[in-house]
Amino acid sequence: MSKVMVVTSGKGGVGKTTSSASLGAALAQAGQNVVVVDFDVGLRNLDLVMGAERRVVFDLVNVVQGDAKLPQALIRDKRVETLYLLPASQTRDKDALTEEGVGRVIAELRERFDWIVCDSPAGIEKGAQLAMRFADIAVVVTNPEVSSVRDSDRIIGMLDSKTLRAETGERLEKHLLLTRYDAARATKGEMMKVEDILEILAIPLLGIVAESPDVLTASNVGSPVTLHNPASAAARSYTDAARRLMGESVAINTPAEKRGLMSRLFGRKATAA
Amino acid sequence: MAVETLAAPHVTLRGRTFMALVVAPEFPMAEWFSAFDQQMHGAGGFFIDRPIVADLGATLEEGGPDAVFIVLEGLEARQLRLIGVEGVDPVLLAGTRWERLPKTLHGRVQTLETWADLHAAPHDEPSPAPVAAPSVSSLLIDRPVRSGQSIVFEDGDITIIGPVASGAEVIAGGSIHIYGALRGRAIAGLRAGDSARIFCRKLEAELVGVDRLYRTAEHWGEALHGRSVQVMCDRGALRLSAFD
Repeated sequence: MSKVMVVTSGKGGVGKTTSSASLGAALAQAGQNVVVVDFDVGLRNLDLVMGAERRVVFDLVNVVQGDAKLPQALIRDKRVETLYLLPASQTRDKDALTEEGVGRVIAELRERFDWIVCDSPAGIEKGAQLAMRFADIAVVVTNPEVSSVRDSDRIIGMLDSKTLRAETGERLEKHLLLTRYDAARATKGEMMKVEDILEILAIPLLGIVAESPDVLTASNVGSPVTLHNPASAAARSYTDAARRLMGESVAINTPAEKRGLMSRLFGRKATAA
Repeated sequence: MAVETLAAPHVTLRGRTFMALVVAPEFPMAEWFSAFDQQMHGAGGFFIDRPIVADLGATLEEGGPDAVFIVLEGLEARQLRLIGVEGVDPVLLAGTRWERLPKTLHGRVQTLETWADLHAAPHDEPSPAPVAAPSVSSLLIDRPVRSGQSIVFEDGDITIIGPVASGAEVIAGGSIHIYGALRGRAIAGLRAGDSARIFCRKLEAELVGVDRLYRTAEHWGEALHGRSVQVMCDRGALRLSAFD
């Protein structure tokens, strides 16, 4: 039974593409057949993050418009053999996609893969709506700050009204993935608290990924963090999130700041002074 | 004639409804406009792009035709989007630049995203034969109202089980009951007038309004923030009071 999963947020720069690549890779590392589809037509990024930018020949737009066959456009990952990428076009814009065409491609992907991970563009316009249109599961990527939370809320509203599942009265699973979580700033109260975000958005938590240089390094070398540095905290967060998506129950750890006894005793005072 | 009709391309017409605000200026005008300016100033983007209908009945009655033109100019100078006038004889505006504004707007508009098809009573057409609308007097929403959503129910009360997000909007003909946090806007009493109230479990709202009176968050301050609150009209002013 294949699952279409949209990774979305409304706001840009919160970590949709990084999370799509990392969750996709983590699912594939667990033995699932995975394709990650870049819906950000015109601002293609996923190929870079997955290290496949030199192997792109055909793209999603070519397949949607019937200029290329699906197997011609799919790029197989060199590190995990059950991981594929369907890249976006950099030279076209989102109007090149049609609902009918996207539906046809998704249906074809459903026959080959267990997981179809759709990396949504930012915004709430056509590109984002097409990325979520056929989803069974949504991962809402949110940073612990008010603007990101409000945009996520808006996107959840759209997931509840503009997707095929919502329109046919079926349930669409929605999960919250908190990214760029900074334990030090959370301790000082400079960031929104996890429980406040959960109270506002009212959807289940899939995982918390700490802000980490490992993630940036992995993106820059073109490798999802779960492949590049599997032992890192960020990689473990994504791996755990992927296991939760597959139905396992794994406890969620809130990333904590590593502090000594003295700093725990006096840290608050020191910051206040 | 028939041939022409057949040859003409098919034109698709789609209906759209808007929530228009009706303003009814009163004498003394200087005071009314300064109060209005204050409200506009305090209300952030509330008036931006809102269609406005000017009810000039009172203006005409007390100030005569000249006052009507002064008021219209005053409203225009505030960058309001005037879409119609009420309460004046169309002849009066003939030959002026307001001539083309509609004078006979059929009111009672409904706008909402998903809820319209599901819950709202059919829209009454302005037809000579009276159509009995089904008597739906309340709307129940049992999931969160998300940012960007607008719930409008003119025929009665709205009950919401769940939070109303920042950037969401709930507008009711009667009262509004929110079993959750109100973080967006709630406007009650579109039909019921000053007897309508707003109730919420947790007040973190951006704006509350009952029967043409409204207040933004900066007016009620920290003391009520996060508390269980009711909002009502009390002798011409909006009163917010905590339950606990």
